[in-house]
Amino acid sequence: MEQPVRADHAGIAPPPRRGSKRGKGAAPYFLILPGGVWLIVLFLIPLLTMLSLSLQTCNPGTGACVMTWHWGEFPEQLKLYHTQLLTSLYFAGAATLIDLAVSYPLAYWIAFYGGNRKNFFLLMLLVPFFVSFVIRTISWSFILSDQGFVLGTLKNLHLLPQNFHILATGWAVVAGLCYNYLPFTALPLYVAIERIDRKVIEAAHDLYATRRESFLRVILPLTIPGIFAAFLLTFVPAFGDYVNQQVLGGTNQTMIGTVIQNQFLVYLDYAGGSALSAVLLAIALIGIFAYSRVLGSRTIEEYL
Amino acid sequence: MSATAVSTERGAEAVPARVRPPRRKWTRFVLPVYSWLVLVYLVIPIVVMIIYSFNKVTTPLPQVSFAWNGFTTQWYREWNQIPGLTPAFWLSIRLALISALIATILGTLIALALVRHRFRGRVAFEQLMFLNIAAPEIVLGASLLGLFVTLNLARGFFTLLLAHVMFCIAYVAVTVRARLAGFDRSLEEAAQDLGANPMVTFQKVTLPLIFPGVLAGALMAFALSIDDFVTSNFVSGSATPFPIWVYGAVRIGIPPQVFVFGTFIFMAGLILAFSSIVVQRRKH
Repeated sequence: MEQPVRADHAGIAPPPRRGSKRGKGAAPYFLILPGGVWLIVLFLIPLLTMLSLSLQTCNPGTGACVMTWHWGEFPEQLKLYHTQLLTSLYFAGAATLIDLAVSYPLAYWIAFYGGNRKNFFLLMLLVPFFVSFVIRTISWSFILSDQGFVLGTLKNLHLLPQNFHILATGWAVVAGLCYNYLPFTALPLYVAIERIDRKVIEAAHDLYATRRESFLRVILPLTIPGIFAAFLLTFVPAFGDYVNQQVLGGTNQTMIGTVIQNQFLVYLDYAGGSALSAVLLAIALIGIFAYSRVLGSRTIEEYL
Repeated sequence: MSATAVSTERGAEAVPARVRPPRRKWTRFVLPVYSWLVLVYLVIPIVVMIIYSFNKVTTPLPQVSFAWNGFTTQWYREWNQIPGLTPAFWLSIRLALISALIATILGTLIALALVRHRFRGRVAFEQLMFLNIAAPEIVLGASLLGLFVTLNLARGFFTLLLAHVMFCIAYVAVTVRARLAGFDRSLEEAAQDLGANPMVTFQKVTLPLIFPGVLAGALMAFALSIDDFVTSNFVSGSATPFPIWVYGAVRIGIPPQVFVFGTFIFMAGLILAFSSIVVQRRKH
């Protein structure tokens, strides 16, 4: 469906439109207002409140907190829970790298060879969301269970030793994270590959680039911002995940999400929980900041 | 872009065939086969869920077992037998419908603003949306809990609704914006030239044109809401949506009815999704 390129689409200043002067400047703000207020009141303000909470001192009995600019919470929490933070780093990092490697060819295929079935393939990527995250993860615990279909069969064929198991190991947690966050990697990659101008690739071929060279020196560099966006959208949520660890992993693989959840819901240590959440948030913020400094030509939001 | 210029120049000289190394035959199939395998992989746990919803139970307590005990439709006939599960299911459906409705309206308005207008604060707002999507759910949930505790707001359906709309808005805005990219403003201008007031223009021209995108956004919001566990777990209080009920049952054993409900939700979502694709096809 090619539409004729209109002047304002081509980046040339559009001629002033009739009857659109009045209220033109205010229009976008009216459109954004209701949703924006919702996001500011229920997302931004709570985040800032949480950051301030991490600097307050709380009474463990009453739960009442007073602002004391107490930065000590951060080193204390990091010292207490550095093992869980490192575990989260390893698991989320491994899952993100695997997801990037697995979904790049898929996104490439959908973008370049999807034809008129692109929407169908993109929907296929979203199909898992129609089954609750918890159920999907439980389903994996069935698949990977010691006597389940896969391991049970392999053991009966004596391809695996009888005491072999995946559940309650780090492998199971990484596998679960990979599965649950794959769409979050594949979709930004798709957006990045889809928007490459085909003429640039043709030009590379015209200049006698082999397929391998045109991929490594044209396609891959052009998609680096998308790869980075995909990395952030996968790594940060996976870092804070605890459902995969609790359903698929054992007690030796406690991730930071479990700690935060316990601090808020079990021990009511809001200051400590807030400090750890602030660490998670900082990772996301540093990522977004780094993106705009290094790859700022296109804004990161375009990959959503 | 000098590379593009070179390519068009050569085209003008009518060079017959592009110099492209010929592909070897069998490698042609590697990428499609691989891609289909990944897509199938995404569906595996769902298929397992559907299969196990037909599994017989040998223990006295209704619990899904890892082992396959034979085929039965018993759990579909007794779908309503588990106390607490059915109300949790309906709570989730209600929550997803209402939050999808609100989030779709708010998100579509944002998308319209982002596609049509350049305004001060636009980049900051887009970064806020990105942060909203990229932030770990546990941070969203924990910070909201902090807010509700501070405001002394009782946790229940209302706080769940506030939270679900909050994490859906940005997704809807992004989804709708993607479909709006090729939107032709001249159609609206034509309507206005023909004497339609802004309200009529929106109803008769804009809305029908953006409808497939809005539908996709609504579907996204519904899926996100019904799927959500982590954020809900922080702000649900006395209310128990479906995923939280299921999570609570993991330790004591999951009744097979959970998989029956899961299958229902999946089928409903699938039907909605495919009908939205059909609607979009018809638009073209």
